[in-house]
Amino acid sequence: MSSNFTASNIGRLVWSEIKPALLATFWICLLAFPLMTLSINPTNQTYSFSMARIPYLAGGTFALSIIWRFFLKRRSFQVITKAVHQSEGLPEDLTKGPKPTWLTVVMGSKYRRQGLIVLLALMVVLPFISNPYSVNVLITCLIYVTLGLGLNVVVGVSGLLNLGYIAFYAIGAYTYALLNHYFGLSFWICLPLGGLTATLMGLLLGFPVIRLSGDYLAIVTLSFGEITRLVLNNLNITNGPRGISYIKPPGFFGLDLNGAPKDFLVNYLGVDPGMDVFKVFIYFIILALVILTIVCVFRLENSRLGRAWLAMREDEVACQAMGINRTRAKLTAFALGSTWAGLAGVVFASQITFINPASFSFLGSILILSIVVLGGMGSIPGVILGAIVITALPEQLRFFSQYRMLLFGALMVLMMVFRPEGLIKSTRVVHMHTLKNGNGNKTKLEALTGAPPERASSPPAASQSPGQANSQANGQANGLANGLAKPPQGPTGESS
Amino acid sequence: MTYFLDLFMSGLTRGSIYALIALGYTMVYGIIALINFAHGEIYMIGAFTALLASLVLSSLGLTGWGLLFSVAAIAAIYSAMYGWTVERIAYRPLRGASRLAPLISAIGMSFFLQNYVQLAQTPNFMLFPDLIPQMPFLKPVAGYLNRTQVMILLFTIVSMVALTFYIKYTKMGMAMRAVAQDITMARLSGVNIDRVISTTFIIGSVLAALGGVLIGCSMRQIYFHMGFLAGMKAFTAAVLGGIGSIPGAVIGALILGFAESFAAGYISSSYRDVVAFIILIIILIFRPEGIMGQAQTQKV
Repeated sequence: MSSNFTASNIGRLVWSEIKPALLATFWICLLAFPLMTLSINPTNQTYSFSMARIPYLAGGTFALSIIWRFFLKRRSFQVITKAVHQSEGLPEDLTKGPKPTWLTVVMGSKYRRQGLIVLLALMVVLPFISNPYSVNVLITCLIYVTLGLGLNVVVGVSGLLNLGYIAFYAIGAYTYALLNHYFGLSFWICLPLGGLTATLMGLLLGFPVIRLSGDYLAIVTLSFGEITRLVLNNLNITNGPRGISYIKPPGFFGLDLNGAPKDFLVNYLGVDPGMDVFKVFIYFIILALVILTIVCVFRLENSRLGRAWLAMREDEVACQAMGINRTRAKLTAFALGSTWAGLAGVVFASQITFINPASFSFLGSILILSIVVLGGMGSIPGVILGAIVITALPEQLRFFSQYRMLLFGALMVLMMVFRPEGLIKSTRVVHMHTLKNGNGNKTKLEALTGAPPERASSPPAASQSPGQANSQANGQANGLANGLAKPPQGPTGESS
Repeated sequence: MTYFLDLFMSGLTRGSIYALIALGYTMVYGIIALINFAHGEIYMIGAFTALLASLVLSSLGLTGWGLLFSVAAIAAIYSAMYGWTVERIAYRPLRGASRLAPLISAIGMSFFLQNYVQLAQTPNFMLFPDLIPQMPFLKPVAGYLNRTQVMILLFTIVSMVALTFYIKYTKMGMAMRAVAQDITMARLSGVNIDRVISTTFIIGSVLAALGGVLIGCSMRQIYFHMGFLAGMKAFTAAVLGGIGSIPGAVIGALILGFAESFAAGYISSSYRDVVAFIILIIILIFRPEGIMGQAQTQKV
């Protein structure tokens, strides 16, 4: 055995790792050679040659290649371990409950409620302690949270790849812009109208295409997005590529927030907000919208309809065989997802007061999709985190801005290869009411929603075990962390 | 009548270019049931490589047919390398993953390549040199047919015939057909799946690169975003003809080319792209299996 660690063996081992990385580096440099070294002077059609970028490229590729291979190996190792566990029929998974991730620990902690209240308070105070620029970034970020959560219903929960999601956003924005421009309707009337129009368009698109599955659906939605943009670009009523400007910001019961209230603040209280008051107001509107969305999406996911969506995502044929009306489930997913895009669109139009079709290109759909993919398909906290990472972070890292799109593309590939479940994996609610073990495990649903542990911990013979005492002492929602402790009565769960 | 003929010829050439790109889509889809979103980008990279190669080679003194063919060859080789690498990085590790994963990965790859070319080269339109030599023998039909159109048709027809022979009569072609029919069974029969898939990507990329060179010569300008729309339209063509079917892709591409050309000529040129997308949606709704494709029953 000791011969395994001789210098020559280690050398061979290192070389076996480095050689493919070197090969990959060579290959990528070869690929990038003409495009990265030659640059064209467009005025006189001459070219110049420079190798300056190649060393960076080579270094980057070499490092990335080593990391890539490492993760790929780790991934295949994980797959094998899982397969072995499954083939040995280890019942561990059932009795132990799901493996606690940092998210479930946070969500299941007893300070969850207090934490949420603190977070909410922070969000409420935030616009008052930041500058106008940050408020704008915050609004954009929250708009994307809404969009991400809406798309998450379609892509993450129901498994319908919608590549034209931005169209519904555009429809919402244009509904408000046009109604305001031509009829002078106010924000508050247009907000529900925008949502409604988007829903109707979702249904309109949904009806014919709902029979299509998978990639075909993706293509049709993509075409729909492009058609919408092209039509907006060519119609006279929308003012074509010049767009619509001077869209009115929302008023507070007919009060123009930038008029009297700002005067009052500046003249009587001596406080200069340094920004448009309506921006702060919009911030609160979108914050309320985000909270509403989160509540709705959470309730939806755990509803009968949400279960139908999940089943549809997993297997369409099987879900139909279980008596789920597939057409209805798909249509509702489509329509509901579009609603949020419409609402977000209205808020967006009122935020920037000028819209044109260029704001709603395919890029936007990709941006929202990458929020969902990065955050974790089907996971609400994941999507929120994804939206923050993708919209707010680049604002802070201006220096990245020209590489931003490049990185998004790379990120989508990397996420799919190494972590298809996203940053925060969506936790599926598992009902195990009838399953219990000596440790008094609660169901995951109870752990996440903080329901009191009544039924699940009816004390069996082994109730004197320290695990049980611990779980009761901790009150609610410690079941997941507790579940890690080995049950004293052996690994199998008995059903009651 | 001349107007009609003009539109007809422009539709024919347009359709031929779509056909070259559509073949890549249809072959890849036929074999691994994946919409290769990055295919349009491969076509764009082909055009950019051709531009760079033509500048370098013409400064070295190459002209005429020699220049055209060597530029086309370089573009084809580079695009093939890109196609192979894209498959290796973005699709191969995802074999056996859920259906959505490779699709999203493909979108990411397409996005990455677009921005890579934008950053490495330029976000502006680039002038593409006229590579196609004069053809004196075209004098009598000069009103209807120019040398670019002749070249496009010639290239397209030759590639179609070569591809058909390759698929029909070579061992690799047979392996491709086997994999397209049943990937598991083909593997059991000793077909090297990875190699077949790589070859498919390479062939598709070569055809796309030829399309890129030809569109450059015909439109005389290229830019980094050109692959997206062309890719979408080629995909439409592939679906129209029945995805997975090679003659279907050609027929679909020609129909699409004519439809666009006549719509632009008789309705309005600003709605040309809308026509393509509407055709796509209508086809998918009423005949998702396309013109030449066969309807497949869903397997459990």
